[in-house]
Amino acid sequence: MFSMLRTIWYVFLHAFQKRITVQYPEEKPYLAPRYRGRIVLTRDPDGGERCVACNLCAVACPVGCIALQATEDEHGRRYPEFFRINFSRCIFCGYCEEACPTYAIQLTPDFEMGEFHRKNLVYEKEDLLIDGQGKRHGYNFWRVAGVQIGGKDKGEAEHESAPVDVHSLLP
Amino acid sequence: MTSPYPLLSIVGIVIVALTIAASLIYVERRLLALWQDRYGPNRTGPFGLLQVVADSIKIFMKEDWVPPFVDKPVFILAPAVIFVTVLMSFAVLPVAPGIIVSDLNIGVLFFLAMSSLGVYSVVLAGWSSDNKYALMGGMRAAAQMLSYEVFMGLSLMGVVILAGSFSLPAIVEAQKKIWFVVPQFPGFVLFLIAGFAETRRIPFDLSEAESELVAGYHSEYSGMKFGMFFVGEYMGVTLISAAISVLFFGGWLGPVLPGVLWFLIKTFFFIAFFILVRAALPRPRFDQLMSWGWKVMLPIALANVLLAGAAVQLWR
Repeated sequence: MFSMLRTIWYVFLHAFQKRITVQYPEEKPYLAPRYRGRIVLTRDPDGGERCVACNLCAVACPVGCIALQATEDEHGRRYPEFFRINFSRCIFCGYCEEACPTYAIQLTPDFEMGEFHRKNLVYEKEDLLIDGQGKRHGYNFWRVAGVQIGGKDKGEAEHESAPVDVHSLLP
Repeated sequence: MTSPYPLLSIVGIVIVALTIAASLIYVERRLLALWQDRYGPNRTGPFGLLQVVADSIKIFMKEDWVPPFVDKPVFILAPAVIFVTVLMSFAVLPVAPGIIVSDLNIGVLFFLAMSSLGVYSVVLAGWSSDNKYALMGGMRAAAQMLSYEVFMGLSLMGVVILAGSFSLPAIVEAQKKIWFVVPQFPGFVLFLIAGFAETRRIPFDLSEAESELVAGYHSEYSGMKFGMFFVGEYMGVTLISAAISVLFFGGWLGPVLPGVLWFLIKTFFFIAFFILVRAALPRPRFDQLMSWGWKVMLPIALANVLLAGAAVQLWR
């Protein structure tokens, strides 16, 4: 009986405590830099698309919300012909970001993506691509990869030595 | 003492009672939020005051569905019963000198009878729903009513002995010297607890018990029929609060301010207390509830009546 009265009194004292509610639209919550929100596609320092259309993000995606089609340009650089993320399915797990070998796909601290029509939640490549480099600065996949593309032969990448001519390795 | 404008009192009391009951939807949510460090509804209109309007529009627009397996006439009648009985009880409550619908000389008995009849609404709703959870809720309400009605009546007998009358205005007049809460403190506590049981509020909402019985007796109800139960519950809270202020806290008696205002202040104080208790206390187990009612509350109530009677006898 006494404990009940004490409970009532303690609950009453809560009337004078600070309320913990964050009044959202007026008062924005703090989002950590690594917050997993809206997904973007970043560009390398030269302004080219980082995405090489390897499909790893689409494979890693547990809900299958990423769709893309790989193609090649005249220099032999792979890039996605289309890149589509259905944000009405996306669960913002960040597995695509972990899977991405070129730091192209990244999650940003932005969650305000409300729409009145569900089809507006399907983002195309134009909607996903941003002009900057996101969280990884200075990384350019094509400059460090050993792949031969137009304008860069084998062995010309950074930290790469020229290929060994096997015919000169005679005993 | 009858009202000079009977029709005006009737309309006024009904309108005020209904308005208070409706606004309790908002008041309860805001107060609960206050005691749980939240804000509650504060978006619709200034301070969220239009929440009541929004809620009532919503509940009127909802589909009023009667399930095919229910006992139709009883199912439809049940929500009306709680509403009618509570409104009938308001008839004998004196708001201020002269503002009363009917000054019955057995006002206390009429009040007790009408507020107990409200349990029929719950039992019938539970029975007619043809749903095991609803039936269990109804059965619990019946058992709860049996065990708590007994000492609810007895807890008021001390007041009646002191005032020497069953008429509620006479009881208020008898408190001119001292509020009955002082000489009749055990009676006040007992009536408060019984009032919680009577309105089926937490901690005595075993007939509803969301965590065990889905929604208890109103599991099958939707739309405005459910709304009637809801408003009926809030009217019950208003009624019990008003009754406490009339029986134990001197009703309209108070300095400076007009009587009606004093009555409203006291009533709102107890409404807030009802909500505070809802925020604070958990629901007891059913057997605990029953054994409490019969083994603790009833003997205390009987002893209280005995002592009050003896004291009054000695005084004279």
